[in-house]
Amino acid sequence: MSPEKMVTMANQIATFFESQPGDRPALVAAHINDFWEPRMRRQLFDHVAAGGKGLKPLVIDAMDQINEPVD
Amino acid sequence: MKDFIIPWDDSDKGTPAKTGAPVTLTVDGAAVTVPEGTSVMRAAYEAGITVPKLCATDNVEAFGSCRLCVVEIEGRRGTPASCTTPVTEGMVVHTQSSKVRRIRKGVMELYISDHPLDCLTCSANGDCELQDMAGAVGLRDVRYEYGQNHFDPTGDGALSLADAKRRADDTDLPGNFRYMEKDESNPYFTYDPSKCIVCSRCVRACEEVQGTFALTIEGRGFDSRVSAGTPMDDFLSSDCVSCGACVQACPTATLQEKSVAELGTPTRAVVTTCAYCGVGCSFKAEMNGDQLVRMTPYKNGKANRGHSCVKGRFAYGYMEHPDRILSPMIRESIDEPWREVSWDEALGFAAKRLKSLQKNYGRRSLGVITSSRCTNEETFLVQKLARGVFMNNNTDTCARVCHSPTGYGLGQTFGTSAGTQDFDSVEHTDVVIVIGANPTDGHPVFASRLKKRLRQGAKLIVIDPRRTDLVKSPHIEAAHHLPLRPGTNVAVVTALAHTIVTEGLADEDYIRERCDWDEYLAYSEFVSDPRHSPEAVEELTGVPAEELRAAARTFAGEKNGAIYYGLGVTEHSQGSTTVMGIANLAMLTGNVGRKGVGVNPLRGQNNVQGSCDMGSFPHELPGYRHVKNPEVREIFEKAWGVTIDPEPGLRIPNMLDAAVDGTFKGLYCQGEDILQSDPDTKHVAAGLAAMECVIVHDLFLNETANYAHVFLPGSSFLEKDGTFTNAERRINMVRKVMAPKAGYADWEVTQLLAQAMGADWNYSHPREIMAEIAATTPSFAGVTYEKINELGSIQWPCNDAAPEGTPMMHIDGFVRGKGRLMITEYVATDEKTGPRFPLLLTTGRILSQYNVGAQTRRTANSTWHDQDLLEIHPHDAEVRGVKEGDFVKLASRSGETTLRATLTDRVSPGVVYTTFHHPDTQANVITTDFSDWATNCPEYKVTAVQVSPSNGPTDWQEEYAEQAAQSRRILPAAE
Repeated sequence: MSPEKMVTMANQIATFFESQPGDRPALVAAHINDFWEPRMRRQLFDHVAAGGKGLKPLVIDAMDQINEPVD
Repeated sequence: MKDFIIPWDDSDKGTPAKTGAPVTLTVDGAAVTVPEGTSVMRAAYEAGITVPKLCATDNVEAFGSCRLCVVEIEGRRGTPASCTTPVTEGMVVHTQSSKVRRIRKGVMELYISDHPLDCLTCSANGDCELQDMAGAVGLRDVRYEYGQNHFDPTGDGALSLADAKRRADDTDLPGNFRYMEKDESNPYFTYDPSKCIVCSRCVRACEEVQGTFALTIEGRGFDSRVSAGTPMDDFLSSDCVSCGACVQACPTATLQEKSVAELGTPTRAVVTTCAYCGVGCSFKAEMNGDQLVRMTPYKNGKANRGHSCVKGRFAYGYMEHPDRILSPMIRESIDEPWREVSWDEALGFAAKRLKSLQKNYGRRSLGVITSSRCTNEETFLVQKLARGVFMNNNTDTCARVCHSPTGYGLGQTFGTSAGTQDFDSVEHTDVVIVIGANPTDGHPVFASRLKKRLRQGAKLIVIDPRRTDLVKSPHIEAAHHLPLRPGTNVAVVTALAHTIVTEGLADEDYIRERCDWDEYLAYSEFVSDPRHSPEAVEELTGVPAEELRAAARTFAGEKNGAIYYGLGVTEHSQGSTTVMGIANLAMLTGNVGRKGVGVNPLRGQNNVQGSCDMGSFPHELPGYRHVKNPEVREIFEKAWGVTIDPEPGLRIPNMLDAAVDGTFKGLYCQGEDILQSDPDTKHVAAGLAAMECVIVHDLFLNETANYAHVFLPGSSFLEKDGTFTNAERRINMVRKVMAPKAGYADWEVTQLLAQAMGADWNYSHPREIMAEIAATTPSFAGVTYEKINELGSIQWPCNDAAPEGTPMMHIDGFVRGKGRLMITEYVATDEKTGPRFPLLLTTGRILSQYNVGAQTRRTANSTWHDQDLLEIHPHDAEVRGVKEGDFVKLASRSGETTLRATLTDRVSPGVVYTTFHHPDTQANVITTDFSDWATNCPEYKVTAVQVSPSNGPTDWQEEYAEQAAQSRRILPAAE
């Protein structure tokens, strides 16, 4: 998908969890792990590796708990 | 073909059932005990004695007009009507005294004196209560001579139509001013005034059962006639919604299905389930051989209680429409015409392509879309095809684009995505919030049940940008209508909660007992913040603060408060958050876990609940269990002998994105039309065009099939066995009444495709698939076909703890333990109005059409709605120079289309509305790719648009029509 769409989707998730109590990076990571297919997570990892333009800080903070696709 | 014999008493008991203390009486010497309030007529029926009747029927209250049901009661004077006389303790009733027999004969004589003697050629011959009663009372003679009447067109003493025809040759006949021609305006039924006995059953059914009040009796005494609307109206121009309740109630041929007139009275009936909306009405398919004569609502159906709407009752003709494709077809590429081939060749072609894609692009390059119109068993097999044959979790269903946020939101707050009640619950409710739903159009039979309760005094709050029919219609008026700006649901729901909490209206005892108190305290602090007050959000939402406060007080102030909602809640970028907000409101006011309350998602399609239950979502195995859990995968791995991918699969929009990216190559799409139903048509088309093997399995060459390489003909719901699960979680039987017209039921086709791919599947009947579902899915553990047949239907969960199913959820506590009140921060959608696109478009349904219209457009339902119209406020129309009926261009940043405008103040200034039933309009070329943050459910309900006058279709519409026509070419079959 387009990088803009992927960034929008990730940021929407972060925006919701910004308002929630608890370990927010863990909540964002859990949501992405549960619902994002490996290709989508791969695109997210690649985007972050390329500087993570446009992503909210909470998404960046969640990255080390998001499962990196193995294949 | 084995018929299912109706096991329950389906006969007419005369008057409705009552629920009072037991009362014992004697009828014709037989003692019988019935609830207090029961009529003598019904008590007699319970004692095995049928009292003759004409104006009484048990789906409307007794009326006492025909005087045929008179009886004698010891100790009472006269001959009271048994239908209107309630039983009393020790009452002694005689239904066959010589006195009442004489009266009845006299009554029948009078009736027959004004009725044509056309019995043998009458369309109700053999199905006429007047005929039956003439026999029952022993009418052997009519002593009255020919006089004034309503049936003789000649006015010259004709007693039948044949007689009238003979006399009509004589031009000197005086004519009969009382005679009225048949009203054939309704496409499905005829009103023949000459056969009317003025029993008022139709009028009462229209009022009490349907709640439309379209019919009345005009005139007095001998002039009395049934009239639809004003004397200037016919049935079609009146307010009649063609639900069929009047036809069902009519004891003669006065109101009768045209299909019966054409095909004759049916000789057998099979109980089955409607394949339209999520209400899931039970019907009797009334048959002659394998010819369907009519569909009549089944009285023992627990969802509909004997009622129906124009779709389920009448709009079944699509299954015989000439557009139906009955032969498999293939083509190398989508620019070629279709080639009709054998099943073997089509399945072999499909399997070879899929396997080659699997090999070249990897196992995750294929996927499926299951159908919310097909049965549970069929859906189960399609997701099994993805998981067990394609070896991935790329399975999704149209619930993605409707109620996926319900799954997420209710799962988070209550612990299960299930709606909490059955439809009967509405009979106990005191105040109802209807938010983002238009049940009189989308879920008409539920709407009739709701309106009945509203007429009894329950209060109504409607939260909707449009003034829907529920806001104000005959004998119904919402206490509050909050016409919010599209996209501000979360702000409105949170402001309602703010009012409830800050004004001390929350049910804290309930919250302490049922919910997590610490979470409540945090929630209460959040929601009490003045920025969530109705006054603070008024400018944003457009809802007057005082009205919003009043609505909150009304909801919190009644004992039983229920919330019903639809896609106006879910199809937003904050759809899941609004669902959580709705759950919060129910918990705050103590309204979950008993009759008359609850959170009730109104599901769109017939089996959208079932398709979700069956594991259609890419992250869940059947029974809503995440694929990441090894213990769940193990259950299916053992049953299927495969290894299940632990990673979530692609959702529909993700599949299309991956297709455009070149990594998703093959799709099996059963009974869905994503090109028409999904948002951002151009993006859907690009995704489909990028795939190398698109298999469409459907009744018709739908829009998606324009991009398909393989077409597998589908079977209608009348051609297969299986089950549908409605919005109440009710599992209803679907029963085959005729052989599949294309040779195979849909579950067989999926099995053949799996076999062609090398899978060892050997189901011989859907019953075996249900056994596999029950063996692997705890909430279905107790479900068998035998049990459904025995009980009529079963609401899941059905297991050892609830062997007969679960009508109501969360009775003693929430499924997740403590209910969870969640913080619902309003976040504005990115879809914003501006100078280029200053209006907000929202979309919805109309009563006569269903979803993309594939079925209803191929029936006479198009009489009511033959094109999508754009509703626009007169102010917005005037500044754009748009007049009623003008062609207008509707443009968004995604695309543009044209359609005709209709001016109405149902929508507020700044808001326009249309339906999406017609492919030549393609409203979804306008909608954008924004979606719900949690589930990717598209934001259909908010699109920034501009409207301008137009003089014809857009270039895009013309190109689309040309491409569709090219794509639908079929080569003549080879000899």
